[in-house]
Amino acid sequence: MQVKRTPKTYDVCVVGSGASGGTAAKVLTEGGLSVALLEAGPPLDPDRDYKEHVWPYDLPHRGADIAGRARHELNDEFMAPNGAWEIEGEPYISAPGSRFRWFRSRIVGGRTNHWGRIALRMAPVDFKVRSHDGMGDDWPISYEDVAPYYDKVESYIGVFGTKENIPSAPDGIFLPPPTPRCTETMVKKSCDKLNILCIPSRLAILTKPLNGRAACHYCAQCGRGCKTASNFSSSQVMIPPAEKTGRLTLITGAMARELIAGKDGKVTSVSYIDKATREERRVNARAFIVAASACESARLLLNSRSTLFPDGLANSSGVVGRYLMDTVGSNAGGYFPQLEKMPAHNHDGVGGMHMYLPWWKFDRKNDFLRGYHTEFGGGRGMPGVGDYDDLCDQVEGYGISLKRECKKKYGTYIGFAGRGEMIPNENSYCEIDPTAVDQWGIPVLRFHWKWGDNELKMAKDMQETYREIVESAGGIFIPSRLEDAAHPHGIADGGVIIHEVGTVRMGEHPKTSALNGFCQAHDVKNLFVTDGASFVTNADKNPTLTIMALTWRACDHLLDEAKKGSLGA
Amino acid sequence: MTISRRDVLKSLTMTAVGGSVLRVIPLEAAEYAHRMVKAEKAAADTHAYSPKFFSAHAYKTLQSLCNTIIPSDEESKGAVEAGAPEFIDLLTSENKDYQLTLGGGVMWLDSACRDRYGKVYLDAAPEQQKEILDLIAYRKNAKTDPGLGQGIEFFSFLRKLTADGFFTSEIGIDYLGYIGNTYLQEFPGCPPVPDR
Repeated sequence: MQVKRTPKTYDVCVVGSGASGGTAAKVLTEGGLSVALLEAGPPLDPDRDYKEHVWPYDLPHRGADIAGRARHELNDEFMAPNGAWEIEGEPYISAPGSRFRWFRSRIVGGRTNHWGRIALRMAPVDFKVRSHDGMGDDWPISYEDVAPYYDKVESYIGVFGTKENIPSAPDGIFLPPPTPRCTETMVKKSCDKLNILCIPSRLAILTKPLNGRAACHYCAQCGRGCKTASNFSSSQVMIPPAEKTGRLTLITGAMARELIAGKDGKVTSVSYIDKATREERRVNARAFIVAASACESARLLLNSRSTLFPDGLANSSGVVGRYLMDTVGSNAGGYFPQLEKMPAHNHDGVGGMHMYLPWWKFDRKNDFLRGYHTEFGGGRGMPGVGDYDDLCDQVEGYGISLKRECKKKYGTYIGFAGRGEMIPNENSYCEIDPTAVDQWGIPVLRFHWKWGDNELKMAKDMQETYREIVESAGGIFIPSRLEDAAHPHGIADGGVIIHEVGTVRMGEHPKTSALNGFCQAHDVKNLFVTDGASFVTNADKNPTLTIMALTWRACDHLLDEAKKGSLGA
Repeated sequence: MTISRRDVLKSLTMTAVGGSVLRVIPLEAAEYAHRMVKAEKAAADTHAYSPKFFSAHAYKTLQSLCNTIIPSDEESKGAVEAGAPEFIDLLTSENKDYQLTLGGGVMWLDSACRDRYGKVYLDAAPEQQKEILDLIAYRKNAKTDPGLGQGIEFFSFLRKLTADGFFTSEIGIDYLGYIGNTYLQEFPGCPPVPDR
């Protein structure tokens, strides 16, 4: 087959349009560079794709989607098209004995369309874990290096929160927080009794108009797409200003296959499959930013083999695909009889929690290293399919008694989700499967996964803590449903929390890391990997804010190099 | 209607683009467009539903079961008025697993009634219908009579889908007292939670 080349050479080619790729597109085009932005999925059209404010009864399947699949997995009928656990024709493999799930969003904006908008800064100690407790590795950069970029990102995208001076949860530049819901004040009271920190959450949702975007209108439906762009997504907040510069070329349906290096060891082009025509095409550029999501970025590098780079591009250290981390996740719930007495009221708020529990045991010795934060929510939300499954199984029977019991219990449940730091281990990594390819002919990933003892102890602590909080608030504790031999203390399978990071990690030494502190490959100077792949550790902070800060910082560095004339030179 | 929803949304979007870099429509416009969609839906003709999967007899049985699972009472109408049978039929027409569980389940129920009462479920006397449902509405009954296992599985799933159909309807949402899905300038918080 003839390979079609775009004769133009862009300054930078960015692979992936999510949190990292979108940020790169904005910063680089506004810095004066021409950018080709590749996205494996289709364009996003809010008019067509967003489902905000549509009642379930106005949808043909009531939000259950075709064949009721929403009862079993995520769906497009009720939600914005924000990703899937399985993509037809694009498989991945879990090695025998490993359970790993991989959530991918093939659409402009990537997983920022799905993101819970939880925007937490990593703490100073999170960058220097080895110095602190002797496990894992320190980052080659410090909190002070990243802090100015946290400032830039928060100022631009808008994050609400409050100044708290908590060492494990650094303050940022915050918009005012929304008023807490009654379910949240109830949990806070219980936490106060137990000396557990419970503070306003920090979400990338506008409580005031910002940079041309309207403030939130409190419908609680961020996951269904926000036509007023009052929440953050790369597609609505990062890519439009890049397009406005006239220097952005967005190429959708472009599945990157391989980065092609020249004889001098620099990348000259990216080869991609145009999904519409199934033809192979190339984009030439002076520099490349890989931001396809941690595992997809590792896959692209590992699939970019040549005589110069026999083990994959930028992989002389052998670390690419290694140090794969997700977040430790364990959930529990509570039923609160006092909520049965609540009068009907609007409980919607923003599309996420108004309060959360940052890591509070940072000042003492625990049974495990590192920490976790807790997300929680519940109450009188919009009814949806599947909401009554558990109650139906519990109450059984039929008739008026069932109907009234459902009404009585409506809005009386609160769920708690622990989200903790995983320490990387040698049993958790991804590699290219030796035999399988996807429908585009691209070799696919095979995942290996095992939780360590520290993670299991942390999950145990989560369950114990949530029992204390629920019971101290006068509720009845509902332990994790997931708990079984394969999921001790209800720990979720690898990948399920959708915080994969670490597969192309940065570090001081080229022998033990692939990137320097600017996300720039040690081996290939015109190559940057700016997504979660670059992380050295996976603190209990959801990675997205840090991904954007690291990307902005890497792009400033790249712009400096471009000014000096050394871009791709 | 002389102007379509798409036209409205399009013009709103274009206006917004003129004033802002972001493809964002202002709050008032979003609310207006949403109301138009609702009005259009309300104006659309409503036809009697013809089942896509269930036979006429099986569909009548389904309607009867839905009505029994969540009936009308003095507080609200029930699952049939809320459109649960249509919802369940549509999903079942698209899902082979549902066809086995629900399509097969209705046939199991008729067979069980024929064995016990000499007639299908719909023709059985009200107290006979109650008797068989009381047997398959509780998992514990499978312990004393393992022959009920399939009926229990069927009824358990139908109960969930009936709840889905009812509680996602306008009737069900009003019955629960959900208030929201609106456009607020500020979130006011909630009334205080009473102590236990």
